[in-house]
Amino acid sequence: MNDLRRGLSVALAIARKDAISELRGRQAAGSTIFFAALVLLLFGFALGPDSQRLALAAPGLLWLAIVFGGLLTMARLHQLEADDGAFEQLALYPVDRRAIYAGKALAGAAAMLVLGGLLLPVVAILYGVPIGGAWLPLLGAVVLGAIGFAAVGTAYAGLTIRMRAREVMLPLLMLPIVAPLLLAAVKATVASLGGDPLGELGSWLQLLVAFDVIMLVVGAGTYGFLLED
Amino acid sequence: MKTRVLGFVAVAAVIGASINGLFVVPADMNQGDAQRIMYVHVASAWIAYASFGVTALAGLGYLVWRDLRLDALALAGAEVGVIFTAFAIWGGMMWGRPVWGVYWQWEDPRLTTTALLLALYIGYLLLRRLTDDPARRAARAAVVGLIAAVDIPIVHFSVIWWRGLHQTPTFGDPSKVLNPSAPLQFVLALLGMLSAFTLVWIYLLIRRYQLARLDWRLEDAARRGRVAAAHGSAMGAASVEEPAR
Repeated sequence: MNDLRRGLSVALAIARKDAISELRGRQAAGSTIFFAALVLLLFGFALGPDSQRLALAAPGLLWLAIVFGGLLTMARLHQLEADDGAFEQLALYPVDRRAIYAGKALAGAAAMLVLGGLLLPVVAILYGVPIGGAWLPLLGAVVLGAIGFAAVGTAYAGLTIRMRAREVMLPLLMLPIVAPLLLAAVKATVASLGGDPLGELGSWLQLLVAFDVIMLVVGAGTYGFLLED
Repeated sequence: MKTRVLGFVAVAAVIGASINGLFVVPADMNQGDAQRIMYVHVASAWIAYASFGVTALAGLGYLVWRDLRLDALALAGAEVGVIFTAFAIWGGMMWGRPVWGVYWQWEDPRLTTTALLLALYIGYLLLRRLTDDPARRAARAAVVGLIAAVDIPIVHFSVIWWRGLHQTPTFGDPSKVLNPSAPLQFVLALLGMLSAFTLVWIYLLIRRYQLARLDWRLEDAARRGRVAAAHGSAMGAASVEEPAR
């Protein structure tokens, strides 16, 4: 019990540190979100001016933009540690590795949530999708997607950050892993926007929950091996 | 020597199973000769999954026991698995064109799963090439192998929910085993091919494992040589291999 509380406070401290450094160095977080919004704008050009087609494709485009922005977010959160050898410092703390992982994943999930939350209205405006009536299930999908992406991203960013060619290795390793997350999140978004006529929203959200739980468990179990190497 | 015998036996088995599948077993009533692709396609898909199982378990073993021999086994599994996966996808496309009318069927859960599988393990192999230190490489690879292995079932379930038109598996469904839709001759041809492929698989795993061990000994010797040279030339610094991180 005491261990759990201690682990939790370590995780919160690490997440808080990341949040503060994100907020103080606003440019990096801001430019990632701007980049993702720009991707959405370019999707609009790529798919032509037909507004019906854009509205149909909107859920998929939204999640692709979240994934692309998310890759940058995950890399940035670990770049913080890699600069000045802070990662080694982190590894030397006499605390449970899982608590360090939980802290980094929590910070990552929060950053992803901000990204997704800000992109939702951008999609609504650019592609003419009314999200007002479906904001609760949409928010649920974004929260679950953010957690799952951060769960994988924290492990993989920790793994690639000290590698050669890390800019290409992180997306290369992560994109196939998050494919089921992308699929389920897009399906959940489609279902919530369409009023869920087939009653499938629940299953897709459950799939997201399963993905999140499995990846958090594996990530927490293996992050220690990446810290010590 | 024993491995070489195994190699010859494996090649002979594949030739025998191929002759059986191509000439002895009759063509399928509906799919015609295209159905013969299934013998190699299904066999290589099963072998591919087995390979990635080996990679995941050997990686897990490495994290527990820190024995580089297990890492060599993990590497062998991944590399052989990638080849069989690519072969399975190629065979599936060759079969899909005449039977489904398209090379790529997005609604088919197994095709899309296998494509992602290929991407996952190509990433695994690339990751290995980009890390020089043996222990570090082994640990990173083990983590990636584990995450990929737990991801595969999730991928599989998620794409199944897309509703596919792939035939449901003939094996593993009790009602179909009791009352087989495939004639016994077809089933035996597939099992024969699977056995032959398994022999080839074991042979390749052993050889790739041996090659990895030799490769690393060479790497090790080169590293020591460089360190000795650095000492000899009185440059001082011994760790020329990897810059401090």
